[in-house]
Amino acid sequence: MADYNMHVLVCGGTGCKASESEQIKNNFKKYLSELGLADEVQVITTGCFGFCEKGPIVKILPDNTFYTQVTPKDVWEIVEEHIVKGRKVKHLLYKDPKNDHLIPDATGMDFYKKQIRIALRNCGFINPENVEEYIARDGYAALGTCLSEKTPEEVIQVVKDSGLRGRGGGGFPTGLKWELTRKAAGDQKYVVCNADEGDPGAFMDRSILEGDPHSVIEAMAICGYCVGADKGLVYIRAEYPLAIQRLKVAINQAKEYGLLGTDILGTGFHFDIELKYGAGAFVCGEETALIHSMEGLRGEPTVKPPFPAESGYLGKPTNVNNVETFANIPVIINKGAAWFSAIGTEKSKGTKVFALAGNINNVGLIEVPMGTTLREVIYDIGGGIKDGKEFKSVQTGGPSGGCLTKDFLDVPIDYDNLLKAGSMMGSGGMIVMDEGDCMVSIAKFYLEFTLEESCGKCTPCRIGNKRLHEILDKITSGKGTREDLDRLRILGNVIKDTSLCGLGQTSPNPVLSTLDNFMDEYLAHVDEHKCPAGQCKKLLHYSIDDEKCTGCTLCFRNCPVGAISGEKRSPHYIDQSLCIKCGVCLEKCKFGAVLIR
Amino acid sequence: MTKIKTLADLKRIRDEVQSKIKLREQGDKPDKLVQIKVSMATCGIASGAKETMTYLIDELEHQGIDAVVTQTGCMGYCFAEPTIELTIPGKEPVVYGHVGKEKALEIIEKHIKLGEMVDGIIPVSYKTIDE
Repeated sequence: MADYNMHVLVCGGTGCKASESEQIKNNFKKYLSELGLADEVQVITTGCFGFCEKGPIVKILPDNTFYTQVTPKDVWEIVEEHIVKGRKVKHLLYKDPKNDHLIPDATGMDFYKKQIRIALRNCGFINPENVEEYIARDGYAALGTCLSEKTPEEVIQVVKDSGLRGRGGGGFPTGLKWELTRKAAGDQKYVVCNADEGDPGAFMDRSILEGDPHSVIEAMAICGYCVGADKGLVYIRAEYPLAIQRLKVAINQAKEYGLLGTDILGTGFHFDIELKYGAGAFVCGEETALIHSMEGLRGEPTVKPPFPAESGYLGKPTNVNNVETFANIPVIINKGAAWFSAIGTEKSKGTKVFALAGNINNVGLIEVPMGTTLREVIYDIGGGIKDGKEFKSVQTGGPSGGCLTKDFLDVPIDYDNLLKAGSMMGSGGMIVMDEGDCMVSIAKFYLEFTLEESCGKCTPCRIGNKRLHEILDKITSGKGTREDLDRLRILGNVIKDTSLCGLGQTSPNPVLSTLDNFMDEYLAHVDEHKCPAGQCKKLLHYSIDDEKCTGCTLCFRNCPVGAISGEKRSPHYIDQSLCIKCGVCLEKCKFGAVLIR
Repeated sequence: MTKIKTLADLKRIRDEVQSKIKLREQGDKPDKLVQIKVSMATCGIASGAKETMTYLIDELEHQGIDAVVTQTGCMGYCFAEPTIELTIPGKEPVVYGHVGKEKALEIIEKHIKLGEMVDGIIPVSYKTIDE
């Protein structure tokens, strides 16, 4: 049995792999066995370190040395100097950009860690179905402190001072919202948790509820104490069965332990939570529509004011916050407003959870401080674009957001900067697209979603989006004109200005932002009837190269519509009037004779 | 369970559970146990986390290795599901990605039994609220 006393960890993340980390590992193994050290030093491939900009990364344990931008040629030096002689290889150490100091020991140094987990602090740490594990990590301590040591006004002041803003997308200051509900007159008040996460590709709230349901329950009780409510409601979509189950378990445990119910912690404060199920309508993420849906009415928004803080659920003052917003609250109380507001940018404090998806290497759930740039998120944490392709665009804010180009990669992420850039924070979906994606099709895809999810109450959203979609369909079919582009813009702006709720007001964003940022692609579609990314089927043209075609008849036999003709052993031909552009011929041809343009 | 009546009660329970967990992790006592957490959010389960967890429990029992296998929420590494976190008493926790049955067996045979790490470790790339 080998008795390893040293470990070499070589990053095997996709980014580092592309820069020869495999070769680095092999070199380590080779040199170590040459020196007879193979039984003492173990070489291991790891996943991504999240610092791809400085990759390939090699970390040596137990002395925690962190080498950056290592090449296969450097390996001998590391083995000879570091492993054999115990001297660190200075030129490969990371230099702190702040003061140019070399960092020889990565113990406790988090210089390369771009993420901070506040809302996700317990996700992946505790068993979500065991309240004691939550209590062990200071769970319910914030509620205890608030109830026994602070007045509701004091707690609201802490939340206000922290600078926390609504994580559901709007970014309304949470403390202010609580204060408004507190001040509203009413014999009965409600606290509502909005768990109607509906953006395609977003799963932040689901993960929090599945991984740390007690944090939301605790925060709702704190909110109830502040606004003067003894009843909490969680509006959650029925298609989140596991989140629902874990919430139920958590609520029951909290009741059993006396952390929910009557006379909580002997302070005379009562609070109970009930679940309300939604049927998965996107518009019900809008707070007035959500409240109507809870009341058993159609999930349609109404004009604000009156705001839910004055007249919400059953006409009573109601405070609606999103899951992630609530998950931040206990930490803010425990650690203090100053601790929280030290993280982030001037106007956006704390962190934001993003569901990072699309054509990216490390798809995942991440939490970064406000002010982190899109580049850091995509290239360092996300590990860059899949298959070494070129980055094209990043979509933030889901169907209500916009598509940003590489010119925006260095924008620090916060509510205001993203709005300025023509997109929005939204609830935290982030979808990365590469050169193979057609931006006109992407705009059409998102519009299809909002079109389906539009409740139909107001005309601009119901009919306007339908017309927008028709124009986009025309363009992707190669029948669009330049006038259509003007129409898209005019109509888009009208919908934005005149729709009743957030869904309609933001639904043209994907179209307007792609018009702004990817005009050349729209022009290629309308002027040349071409799709530069090769995504718009109707604009593709398949033909057969006479010189390469051997007349093997494979395409002829596989064409589902009989559009291909030709004699055996002589070049074949595609009848354009019959071709449905399914691409089977291209896939089947062994000689690369099928051309596509 | 009797209800928690005061803030002091809550703190006492917190300290008790904390020391219980500490004991388990540091293994100062003879009942030191290997601890495995399996990431079991919807996405992890969809990628096979349940099978991995069942396999780990069965195989550890079959081999007579004392270990605590529990479920936890999303660790955030969607690209590497199913993921598990392994804590050997007295050592730092290690996260492994892409843990199917084969990988699980390799982890049991090498890491748990021999103390050798195996390929597929996911480095912790975030700060916690306590840092």
